[in-house]
Order: sequence, then C-alpha cells, then structure tokens
Amino acid sequence: MAEEVNKAKKLPRQPMPEQAPKVRARNFDEVPFGYANETAMAEASRCLRCKKPKCVEGCPVNVKIPEFVGLIADGDFIGAAHKLKETNALPAICGRVCPQESQCEARCVLGKKGEPVAIGRLERFAADYERNQGKIELPQIAPATGKKIAVIGGGPAGLTVAGDLIKLGHDVTIFEALHKTGGVLVYGIPEFRLPKAIVQAEVDYLKSLGVKIEESYVVGRIETVDELLERFDACFIGTGAGLPVFMKLEGENLNGVYSANEYLTRSNLMKAYRFPEYDTPIVKGKRVATFGGGNVAMDSSRTALRLGAEKSYIIYRRSMDEMPARDEEIHHAEEEGVEFLLLANPVRLIGDEKGWLTGVECVRMELGEPDESGRRRPQPIPDSNFVVEVDTAVVAIGNGPNPLVPSTTPDLKTNRWGNIDADLETGKTSMAGVYAGGDIVTGAATVIQAMGAGKKAAAAMHEYLQG
Amino acid sequence: MNRIVAKEEFSRNPGVKMMQIEAPRIARKAKGGQFVVFRLNETGERVPLTVADTDPEKGLVTIIFQEVGKSTMALGKLEVGDCLADFIGPLGQPTHMGDFGTVLCVAGGIGIAPTHNIVKALKAHGNKVISIIGARTKELIFWEDKMRELSDELYVCTDDGSYGIHGLVTKVEEELLEKSRESGEIGLVIGIGPPIMMKFVCKTSEPFGVKTLVSLPTIMVDATGMCGACRVTVGGETKFVCVDGPEFDGHKVDFDEMLKRQSIYLEQEKVALERYRHSDDCGCCDECGGDR
Repeated sequence: MAEEVNKAKKLPRQPMPEQAPKVRARNFDEVPFGYANETAMAEASRCLRCKKPKCVEGCPVNVKIPEFVGLIADGDFIGAAHKLKETNALPAICGRVCPQESQCEARCVLGKKGEPVAIGRLERFAADYERNQGKIELPQIAPATGKKIAVIGGGPAGLTVAGDLIKLGHDVTIFEALHKTGGVLVYGIPEFRLPKAIVQAEVDYLKSLGVKIEESYVVGRIETVDELLERFDACFIGTGAGLPVFMKLEGENLNGVYSANEYLTRSNLMKAYRFPEYDTPIVKGKRVATFGGGNVAMDSSRTALRLGAEKSYIIYRRSMDEMPARDEEIHHAEEEGVEFLLLANPVRLIGDEKGWLTGVECVRMELGEPDESGRRRPQPIPDSNFVVEVDTAVVAIGNGPNPLVPSTTPDLKTNRWGNIDADLETGKTSMAGVYAGGDIVTGAATVIQAMGAGKKAAAAMHEYLQG
Repeated sequence: MNRIVAKEEFSRNPGVKMMQIEAPRIARKAKGGQFVVFRLNETGERVPLTVADTDPEKGLVTIIFQEVGKSTMALGKLEVGDCLADFIGPLGQPTHMGDFGTVLCVAGGIGIAPTHNIVKALKAHGNKVISIIGARTKELIFWEDKMRELSDELYVCTDDGSYGIHGLVTKVEEELLEKSRESGEIGLVIGIGPPIMMKFVCKTSEPFGVKTLVSLPTIMVDATGMCGACRVTVGGETKFVCVDGPEFDGHKVDFDEMLKRQSIYLEQEKVALERYRHSDDCGCCDECGGDR
C-alpha cells in the first residue's frame, strides 16, 4: 500500500488538454478535448482502490468509482463504461457537468496530501470512448410488467427515472414540453460545456431501450396529471426550473436585460448564436454584465464573450470564496477574459429614452456575519455607488419552480415557494402513484442531484408498482 | 401530425392568411383566449399565435396570421398537405368565464381572430356580446359573417372609410359605453388587436370605469413559464404573459414599456427578412427589386 501511495504521489494529476482561452472565447466548440487513452490509463493508475472508497459516498448516485477507474487502468475502456452505466445512465454528461470537487473528488484520499484522482475526467473518457466506438451495449431488460409510467419533463431527473424503470420492465413514456428532450442539458448548459450531440446520444440510448418520448407536449395544459393517471399506473414529475427570479430593480424590463434562462435558451436550444441561419435572434451586446455567481452566471458571461462581447463582467455581491459556481467554471471564465466585479450589487438599471439599457448602478458591499447558509452576509457600504456602462445585462440569480403542473393539479401539495412537497428519500408526493424530484422539489440544484432524486424515485416507484 | 388541411388568403398586401391545422388534442382542449406556438422547421423560431377557432370533432385548430416577418411569411408559403415541425398548445390561461351581462368586444385587424374564439366562449356561457371589428382598410376585415352570427350586435369600422363606419374602433366603443353609462349594461370590455390600439381601447373605457381585458402579444421563447421573455408590468408588478396571461386588466398594463420591448429585435427581424427574400424559399422576386 505504502508503495502505491508513493507511486500515486509521484505521478501528478493528469491535465486534460483544452482549447486555448483566447481561441475558445470566440467559438462555441467544447472547451476540453478529453483524455487520450494513455493519459486516461496513467490518471487511472493513480487510484489507490481503497477498500472503503469514500469517493462513492460522495456521489449522489453512488457510481462504483474504484471499479470503473480500475478497468480504465487495465485498458478495458468499454468495461469501464459498462460499469459506470450500472449506476449512472448519463456518464458522458456527468463527467462534464458534475461538481466533482465538492462530491467524489472531495472525498478522494489522495486529495488529502495532494491532488485527487480526476474522477470526472475519467468518467467522461470512458463514456466518450464507448460512444465513439459505436459499440453501445444494451443492458438486460426485465420481462414486461405491463405497468405504464408517465415521466413529465425530459431533464436529468426524468431521463434517470425513465432509464431505471425501463430496465425493470415497465412501459415508460416521457412527456417533454419543449421540442427537444434534455431539459437544462439542452436549453441551459452551453454547447461549449456540453455538446448537444452528446445529450442527443444519451436520449437516443434511452429510446433504444424502449422509452417513448412525446416532445412539444405540455402537461398541465394539453393533459393534466389527473388525466394522465387515468391511462398510466404512476407518474413522475420532473418539470424543473420555472420562472426566473428578478431583482425587483428599477429598469429591469429595459431592452437588453435578460434572465439567464432566456439568454441561454435563445443561445443553446434555439441556436441564436447561429442567427440568421437559425431564426431566433439574440442581442449581441458589446458590454455585458451578468449578475450572480453560480454556474449559470458563468455560462452566461462566457456565452456573452462568444457572441462577440468586448467586455463581459460578473457582478457578484460576495467575494470569490463564497461563489457557488464550480471551480473549473470560474477558472475557465477568468482565463477567457471575464472580469469579476466582486462585492458589488446592482441597485438600478439605467436606460435611454428608447428603452435600451445603457448602464447598471452598483453599490459596493462588505461581508458581515455569516447568515443561515453559513456564508458571510454581504452588506452595502453607504455612498459607494458606481455605474458600469453596459448594453446588455443577464440576471442569473435563480428561478422559482415551474408553475404549470402544480397549478393544474389540485391534490398535489406544494410548499410556500410553490415547490412540490415530496419525500426526499422516495420522491413520494401527496398523491398516490405520483412521485417528483429535481429542481421542481428542491429548487435550483445540480444535474447530478436531480439524477440522484430520479434514482431514488425510480426505486420507490418500482416498489409501489409491485405492491 | 400538424398537417395543414385548409388555407385561405384573406388579404394580399399585407398578407393575412387563415390555416386549419390538424391537431386533435389541442382542438379538444383549447379554450377561448388561449394560444399555440408553432415552429416551422429545425432552424425555426418558436412563434406564439392566438387560437382563432377550434373544431374538436374534426380535430382542427384555426390560426390567422399577418405576414410581418420571416417566420410568418414562410408559414404563409406552406400549402395544404404540408406539416409544421411543431404545433404546441394550448398555452396560457383561458379567458375567465363568468356572468358579465353584456360584453363589448373590440377587435382590431388580426385581433379579430382571437376575439372570435372568445366571443364564441362568451356566448356559450350565456353572455350578451356586442362586437366592434375594425381595420385600416376594407381588405383587412375578415370573418365579418362569423362575427355577425355570434354577436348580438356587430359594428364594422375602417380607418379610411372604405367600408362600414368611417373611423377608429375606439370611436364606436366610446359611443356604446356612453349609451350604457346609465344602465350599466356593459359589464366588461375585451380589446384585442395591435398593442397601440389596445392601449387606446383601455384609455377610452377607463373614464367609464368598465373593466377592460386585453390579450398581450409579447415576445416569447419557450412560452411554458421558463424564460421570462414575455414579462410585462401590470399594476406595478412583473407578470409573465405565457403563464399569468395572455389576458390582463388593461387599465393596469404598462403599454409604453411593452411597446418598447416589442421592438427589441427589429434590426434582426429586418436582417432575417432580407435574407429570406433573397433566398430560393421566398419565391416572390417582385419584392426584392430583381437583384436576386
């Protein structure tokens, strides 16, 4: 063991090659290129294969990490991909968008004295390898149970539920409101971080397992949950993010002020960055401010650069340490030239007589005592206002739950913010046979958390359908 | 799915067209006041259109649109038998139905289409309906017969006097509200048409204190309560047209803000339209001055 530890210490964490910052800041291609086979094997060889792997505990879907990493070290890449898929239906996606540094990699023993194994990069490597080989092996599907399940919302939670339940022999239909399945994976996360062809491949994989998908089907309007229950044995609600939260500031409806949802949906789902080849337009600002410090804010500020902005600012009311975005996203944004105006909070948006944004007035902040979230509470410094000249602003401070299903399902209990009241361990709601998970239950969280909720709900639904 | 089964040209310049789309589920479910979103093809944008009529038995949804931009022009080029990539709905809240006594429906131009479906619902609910339909000129008036059949009284106006009453719809609106001042017969005004017209329908009814609903044609992307593009200020609060609307109390709507927001993409719309006119899809070479 001691020898292995020494070996692992000697071999540094393998970097993943990526596009140069200056180049990539002007295109929408994916930033990292991924590991080459040899690099992946070298990185995988750093894993100590702990008897009681802490990394697995750190994963919301408990991926068998030492096993799949071990298979990569041995050069069995396809085997590694299969091992991953035993617990995670979307490894190519998780390898790219999971916050590994606060989950699996945070628990890696190697991380205590050096750098943890690059679990995320290896996950991505194995999944990409399998996809590129074109050898997607279909898992064993249990004999048909005759039970029909409706999955409302084709995002990470819904895709996970569908994948788990179809394997157990149930008849699964996903109802997706948008014209493309994937939820936040297609409308929210940009192409340069998660190529849409990868999402499509994962969706196609589910279809090949027998999952039926009805796109452009807005449950709550075309059919209610109660109506669905007349033709399905159980329902899973994973309708995700809803209306964007605005700051209730003067000038927030000026032209050039976007919610991050709209800015990203235009660019990602509707491909406005390829306007006029694609019909949907987007304001290509020269000076863009993004308000917020999460992954969505990073995605927005980096999208602004790619749309041609000369200046792209992140305006965040706390300091770098409190920023909720993944380290890698902040790092990439900085490298690409996003400027961080920290400890600053917008107080007013300024416009011209035609209703177009011309600037944002901010106040400087300082950090006080920690608040409920444990982060130090930002307080405005009196008389410290200043104006940043911008023509576009993106409000990325979160969103409420999607109102369509809760507002049309009278027996479905919600909390005071409108999120569905569901048991976090089973997804069980106030209605028999109706389960829920993901952002619609917890409010804004991560892709993998939604998938974890989907996994638990699928298990509980399976049990319910047996009974 | 989403096949065009009937098409009619109501006016040539500007092009106003009617289409019946095969969409049985939407036809069964859509109520007065709701809208649909269409997308022409893979590169298309999502465009909201209010439902003009439905035939639940035949499974048909009627839309009427004016060719103002690339998407509506390209839609207008489709023929019977062609299909739309997406036809999504019904979206938005239906018109709230109640016992309003007499309802005065004021429709301008293309607004006649959604008004028709609302009048149909109001009548089914047992209300008396007086309708005013108006347009810039005679050619732009459509469905006069259908509106006359549904309404208890119908007034037709044109701005240029080429047909019916010479003048704006608001002139007739004011007269009727004046007449009803004593009796209080008119309990509700519904105004649907171009934003500027709706603004004046509201300005006209305000002094009479009669509640006035308007249906707002804001810019939308997902139209399912996610993006916030459609936000408007109503009574000082931000509302989302796609889920809170499309109908709002017109006396509380900030029309000036809405009008400004409607102009966000004017530049891009011009670019898209120019590009389209010079493409092979357009097929109307007379409009590009022969420089194709």
